[in-house]
Amino acid sequence: MIQKKGIGASPGVAIATALILDTEEFRIPRRTIDAAQTPHEIRVLEASLAASCEEVKALRVAATRKLGEKTAEIFAFHLAILTDKRLRNSVVDLIEKYRYPAAYAFGQEMNRRQREFRAVADVYLKERVRDLYDIEKRVLRHILGRAREDIRNLTQPVIIVAHDVTPSQAVTFDREHILGFAINVGGQTSHMSIIARMLGIPAVVGLNDITSDITGGETIVVDGTNGVVIADPDGGTLARFRQQQLAYKAHVAELAPLRDQPAVTLDGQTITLQANIELAEEARTAIDGGAEGIGLYRTEFLFLANERPPTEEQQYEVFRGAVRHAQGRPLTLRTIDLGADKMMRSMRAEGHDANPTLGLRSLRYCLQHLDMFKTHLRAMLRAAVDGDVRIMFPMITTVIELRQAMSIVSDVKEDLEEEGVPFGAHVPLGMMVETPAAALLMSSFARHVDFVSIGTNDLTQYTLAVDRGNERVAHLYASHSPAVLRLIREIIKGCKRFKTSVSLCGEMAGARIYTQLLLGLGLRQLSMAAPELLEVKQVIRSTRISDCEAIARKVLRFDADRQVLNYLREQLDMLDGSAE
Amino acid sequence: MRVAVERTVVIANKEGLHFRPIMRLVDTVGKYSATVRLQVEERVADASSAMELLMLVATQGSMVRVTADGDQADEAADAVVQLIDNGFGE
Repeated sequence: MIQKKGIGASPGVAIATALILDTEEFRIPRRTIDAAQTPHEIRVLEASLAASCEEVKALRVAATRKLGEKTAEIFAFHLAILTDKRLRNSVVDLIEKYRYPAAYAFGQEMNRRQREFRAVADVYLKERVRDLYDIEKRVLRHILGRAREDIRNLTQPVIIVAHDVTPSQAVTFDREHILGFAINVGGQTSHMSIIARMLGIPAVVGLNDITSDITGGETIVVDGTNGVVIADPDGGTLARFRQQQLAYKAHVAELAPLRDQPAVTLDGQTITLQANIELAEEARTAIDGGAEGIGLYRTEFLFLANERPPTEEQQYEVFRGAVRHAQGRPLTLRTIDLGADKMMRSMRAEGHDANPTLGLRSLRYCLQHLDMFKTHLRAMLRAAVDGDVRIMFPMITTVIELRQAMSIVSDVKEDLEEEGVPFGAHVPLGMMVETPAAALLMSSFARHVDFVSIGTNDLTQYTLAVDRGNERVAHLYASHSPAVLRLIREIIKGCKRFKTSVSLCGEMAGARIYTQLLLGLGLRQLSMAAPELLEVKQVIRSTRISDCEAIARKVLRFDADRQVLNYLREQLDMLDGSAE
Repeated sequence: MRVAVERTVVIANKEGLHFRPIMRLVDTVGKYSATVRLQVEERVADASSAMELLMLVATQGSMVRVTADGDQADEAADAVVQLIDNGFGE
């Protein structure tokens, strides 16, 4: 049994077999197993050898047909190795004598043979060490639970173990079979974590080297609530986590009745709770789960799933679907936020930013690719005919950028009008505030837009100069940093002056520890991952605005992250205590 | 009746014990119930194991000591020697 501590990125407990993603090299940990498990490991070895034989037989047939008998001989030789009884027996000996798991025993035996062989072989035979290597990898692949199988075609439940998961990989996830994530890199707000929360799948990130501690195919526990991963759990541990899993499910069930209750504080202030989504269909589950609208639809995920930008019709169909799923509720479409960690293949080919988060990303990219941007906006404006659609621009740093974006919207509307294509003529336009520059100039921006949404993830990253995906500095990333909080206060103040509506859609919105603080700062609208909505609503329904304001006043006097967090935790505990 | 048999033979074919010769050796030995071992310098291989035969690293001109043990030991040893002598028919 191995226990590892990471960062809890998405709550809940998952127990399933591990599937190691994208392992180029098979790094197999040295570990021993219980004597009682040796027959199982031997069966695994035999099944994997047999499965490898079947593959090689098929390869041999194909090779004979395509390349001739002579080349196909190689596979006949591989087959002879795979069926070699003496090789099998020496691996079984290692399993029985040293209690190694099958993968480790087989890897050891093959390594030893390769080393010995290299030491004596002449030039001609030396090449054959490659065949041994090839055979080794083939068998390990089978032992380690088909590590390279396409994750789109899963047939049984797994927990994904990976160094990192790119957003484009994440959009292809088969939610039915993926029960959890254990990831080397990342923090609470890396995209992987956001996606996991969105999908309601337990996840632990920032585990450093979990991929080398875990062997594919073994049972692991992911405790996303406490940020713990356990490999190969013993009976007692497994029972304890099954208990915890039930408790979490009970907690979720307990919150369920809140779905139909309004988000109103004890002193009668109504708060609007919306959901963040990445995929059109999520609008329906979010609204059904109690969201009053979609505060942030990250449309770039539609682009990431494809190699080239989707056509206008493709985008239109997807946006129209989202409008339908939103069932008449507000739907805020954010124009594509690509670049940095979210790239299309065609973008990679264009050039490379040494510092992508400060490079050509998001709206900047759109303003340099006008044809693509116009197509994108056309699709949005057309979809707006059927519902309450709003359009929002991300990553703005200057007023000129905002004005450019807005005038492009006007151009696109004119084009649509001339062509006689129906579109939403009065779509509200808004901007995200996620750079200190925009926050500090809020009053200059607020007069131009219909609404403002605070993106605390990027705002924190840019204010504190911390890459949220870099595990070496992730501990410095804190949205509750006094610096970030003062910027949020400025943003709210600037919006109030022009009566521009303001909401907050970063990860902070969904973390109940911040709810009272955010209300106290003056926010009345929050947008978060749908699974977090009821937790936040519970806090809102048990607090008063006057108390929240007192909390915010106190917090703004602190000068260290730690003080803020401790105080907020205290306040939340008091609230939870009084509710019981 | 168990008999230990020993013969010596020199690898005749140009490429030595590579894929095809190894497979032919494994096939040939598989027809007999005797245990046949091949030795080159200090390295010993069970002739029924493709892996061990490869590890023997026997090349053209290598001196191979063939021993056989058990039923049909003579026949098995002869068959192996003949196969190697003929350069595996290559």
